[in-house]
Amino acid sequence: MDWHSIFSQALQQGLGPVAAVYCLAAIGLNVHFGSTGLLNFGQAGFMAVAGYAMTSFVATWGLSFWLGSLVGLVAAALLALLLGVPTLRLRADYLAIVTIAAAEIIRQTIGSVTLLKYFGGQDGLQAFNSSFANLNPFTGRIGIPGVVSWRPYDFWTLVVCWLLCALCCLVVWLLMRSPWGRVLKGIREDEDAVRSLGKNVYAYKMQSLLIGGLIGGLAGIMTALQHSAINPSFFATDTTFFAYTVLLLGGAARVLGPVAGTIIFWFLISFLDLFFGAATSGADPLIPASIMTSNQASLMRFVVMGLSLMLLMIYRPQGIFGDRRELAIDAR
Amino acid sequence: MHARPRTIRARSRLALRALAVTVAAVAVGALMTTGSPANAAPVAQSASQAVNQAGAQTCVKPAPRDDDTIHIQGCLRDLREKPPAPVPDAKISVKDESGKEVGTGTSNETGVFDIALPGKSIDNLGKSFTVNIDKKSLPEGAALRNPKQVSLKVTLQLDSDVYVTFPIGEDTSPDTSIPVQALQLAVGGLVFSLLLAMASLGLSMIFGTTGLTNFAHGELITFGALVAYAVDRLPGEFRVGDVNITVFVALVVAAIASGVFGWFNDRGLWRPLRHRGTGLIAMMVVSIGLSIFLRSLYQYWAGGSTHQYSQFSSPQPYELGPILITPKDIAITIFSVVVLVIVVLALQRTKLGKATRAVADNTALAASSGINVDRVISVVWIVGAGLAGLSGVLFGLTQGFDYQLGFKILLLVFAATVLGGLGTAWGAIVGALVIGIFIEVSTLFVPAELKFVGALVVLIVVLLIRPQGLLGKSQRVG
Repeated sequence: MDWHSIFSQALQQGLGPVAAVYCLAAIGLNVHFGSTGLLNFGQAGFMAVAGYAMTSFVATWGLSFWLGSLVGLVAAALLALLLGVPTLRLRADYLAIVTIAAAEIIRQTIGSVTLLKYFGGQDGLQAFNSSFANLNPFTGRIGIPGVVSWRPYDFWTLVVCWLLCALCCLVVWLLMRSPWGRVLKGIREDEDAVRSLGKNVYAYKMQSLLIGGLIGGLAGIMTALQHSAINPSFFATDTTFFAYTVLLLGGAARVLGPVAGTIIFWFLISFLDLFFGAATSGADPLIPASIMTSNQASLMRFVVMGLSLMLLMIYRPQGIFGDRRELAIDAR
Repeated sequence: MHARPRTIRARSRLALRALAVTVAAVAVGALMTTGSPANAAPVAQSASQAVNQAGAQTCVKPAPRDDDTIHIQGCLRDLREKPPAPVPDAKISVKDESGKEVGTGTSNETGVFDIALPGKSIDNLGKSFTVNIDKKSLPEGAALRNPKQVSLKVTLQLDSDVYVTFPIGEDTSPDTSIPVQALQLAVGGLVFSLLLAMASLGLSMIFGTTGLTNFAHGELITFGALVAYAVDRLPGEFRVGDVNITVFVALVVAAIASGVFGWFNDRGLWRPLRHRGTGLIAMMVVSIGLSIFLRSLYQYWAGGSTHQYSQFSSPQPYELGPILITPKDIAITIFSVVVLVIVVLALQRTKLGKATRAVADNTALAASSGINVDRVISVVWIVGAGLAGLSGVLFGLTQGFDYQLGFKILLLVFAATVLGGLGTAWGAIVGALVIGIFIEVSTLFVPAELKFVGALVVLIVVLLIRPQGLLGKSQRVG
C-alpha cells in the first residue's frame, strides 16, 4: 500500500475545492444552528436555488454570469423569507421538517422532465462557466511539489472558495461580536428571556435565516463552478448532512469551527476512501472480496460519517474546538 | 418512574400475541388470492414465470433454445373471446435506446411472436429496449385495452428471454371521464396511504411518548423489507398443503424482527440518551447520523439494485364497476386496515394503551402515578418499529424495494404525521390517508413525476394555516 500517495491525496481533498464548498455551506449553517439555534435541514435547497439560478441564466437564457450570480443570491434570500414566514414561529423540529421538505421539493422540481428545457432534467446543465474560467490567472499545475498539486482551474476555484470562506468568516465574526449577534445567541439560549426584553425574536430569526441562506447560496454557485456542471444529485439531502457533520466536528458557534471541521473531515473521509479502495483492489487484496468488495469500500465513508455524526452529538456536541457552555441546544 | 405494574406487562404480551395471530390469518387469505393468472396488466416478466402463469391453450411457446442470445417473446390474445382467441399477423418491432430498430416480428397463428435481439446476451444485459406494437396490424374490431400502451420499455436484467404482453380487448376506449379516473387513482392511493399510515403511526407513537423526531424511522421501514427479503431468499419454500406461504412467513418474521430491532434501538441508544438528559434537537441530529449509518449498511449488504419478492406478480384485476383492483391490493388493504384498527383499539382500550397515552400527555405525571415509563416506551418502540417493518414488507410487495425504500418515503411519513398532528394516533392515520390519496389523485393535474412535490407543498401550506395539524391540540406547538 502506497501510504505516501494516500496521505497526499487525502490532504489534497482536505484542502481542495470540494471541501471549500462544504465549508461555505457549513458557515451558513453555523449562523443558523450555531448562533441562533435554528435547525435548518434544507441548506441543500438554498444551494440548489442559487446554483441553478446562475447556471440557467447563463446556459439557458444566455445572460451574464454576474447577473446570474446576483439573481441566485436574491433567490436564496427569497427562499429564506418563504420558509421563514410559516415556520419561524413554530417549534424547532417543525422548521427542520419543513426545510428538509422544501429542499426535496426544489430538487425534484428542478430535476423534472417538465422543466427539462430550462434546467436540463437529471442531466443538469453544462457550459456556463466561461466568464469565470477566463478570469483564471493560473497556468500549469500548482501546489506543493511532492505533496499536493491541483490543475489550474481547480486551483482557481479553490482560491476563490477559500477567499469567500475567509470573507464570510470575517463577516460572521463581526456580526457575532455586535449587539445584534448577542441577541441571536440569547435567542439560542432562551428565546422567551429575549422576548421579555422587548426584542422581536421573529425578526431576528428571519435575519439569521436570510444571512445563512445567502452564504448557502454562495456555496451553491461555487458547487456549480467547481464541477463546471450542475445536476440535481449535487443537492440531495445528504449534502446538508455532510455540512452538518463538518460543522459539528469543528465546533458549532465558533467562527472558525466550520473551516477546521471541513479540513479535518474531508481529510479523514478521503483517507478512508483511499485506504479501503486500495485495500480491496488488486489481485491479492488486503481485505478479501468475501468481506468487502471495492463497491462496498466506497460506502465506508458514509458508514463512518453516520457513526461520527452520532458519536459527536452524543459525546462531544461542542465538536473539537467548541465551548460546551456556548451550546445548550435543546428543543424550543 | 420505578414502579413496575405487572398487569401492564401481561396485557402487553397478550396484545402482541393477538396481533400476531390476526396478522397470520389475514395474510394467508391474501396469498391464496394472489395465485391467479397474470396477464392483464402490461408487464414485462421473465419468461419462465410467464410459462407457468399463462398456462393457455392458445399460446404455443417456441421451443427452448440453446444459443447465447436473448429473445423478446410474447403472446397476443383477444380477451373478448372466451377462451381468449389468438391474434395472428400483428406486427411488433423492437428499438434500442437510440431509437434504432433492432428487430421486427409478426405473431403466428397461435398469437405468439418471437424476436431475437442482435448480439450475445452479455452485450444486451443492462440495456433498455422499447417494444412497439403496430395498432393498424391488429384485426378489425380488436384494439389494445389501453390505447396509449402501444410501446413497452424493457430493461434486460437477467440472461433469459423477456416476455411482454399487450392486452387486447374491446375496441372502445376505457371510460376516461375525470370522476372515474379520479376514483381509480384514489383506489390506488388508498393502498399506498394505508401502508403510509402504518409507518406514520409508528413514528407518531414514538414522537408522542419520547418527543424524538426520528429521522431514522425510514430505516426501520427498510429493515422490515430487507428481513423479509432474506427469508424469501432462503432455499426452498414454506408450504401449507398446496399453498406457497413463503412471503407470508417472511412477513411475519420481518414484523417480529423489526419489533426486536425497535426494542434494541431504544434500549441501546435512545434510553441511555434520555436518561442522560440529552436535548431533543441533539437526539434529532443523532437520529440523522443513525439513518445514514444504517442506510449505508443496508446498501453494503443488499447492493444498490431494486429487489422483488418471489411471489411478486400482478394477477388479473377484478372489475368493480368502472374500477380495476387486483386481489393483491385488496388483500393488502384488508390486512393493513385490520392491523391499524387493532393498534388504535389497543391504544384506546387496553391498560397499556392508556398508559401510553398518559406518558404522551405528561411523562412526569404518568411516572408519579405509578406507570413504568421506560417499559411503556419500550413497548411503543416495539410496536412502532414492528408497524414500520410491516409497512416496509408490504411496500416491497407492491412496488419492489431497494436500500433507500424508507428514506425515499420518510418525508411523506413526516408529512402525514404533521398533517394529522404530531403525536396523535388517529391524526397519523388521517394524515396518511389524505396524503396518499392526494398524491395519486393529483396526477390528474400535475405530471406524475411531481406528485411527491405536491404532497410536500401541502405539508408546508398546512403548517402555515394550522400548525398543530388536523387533529392536534393547539397547545402542542410552540
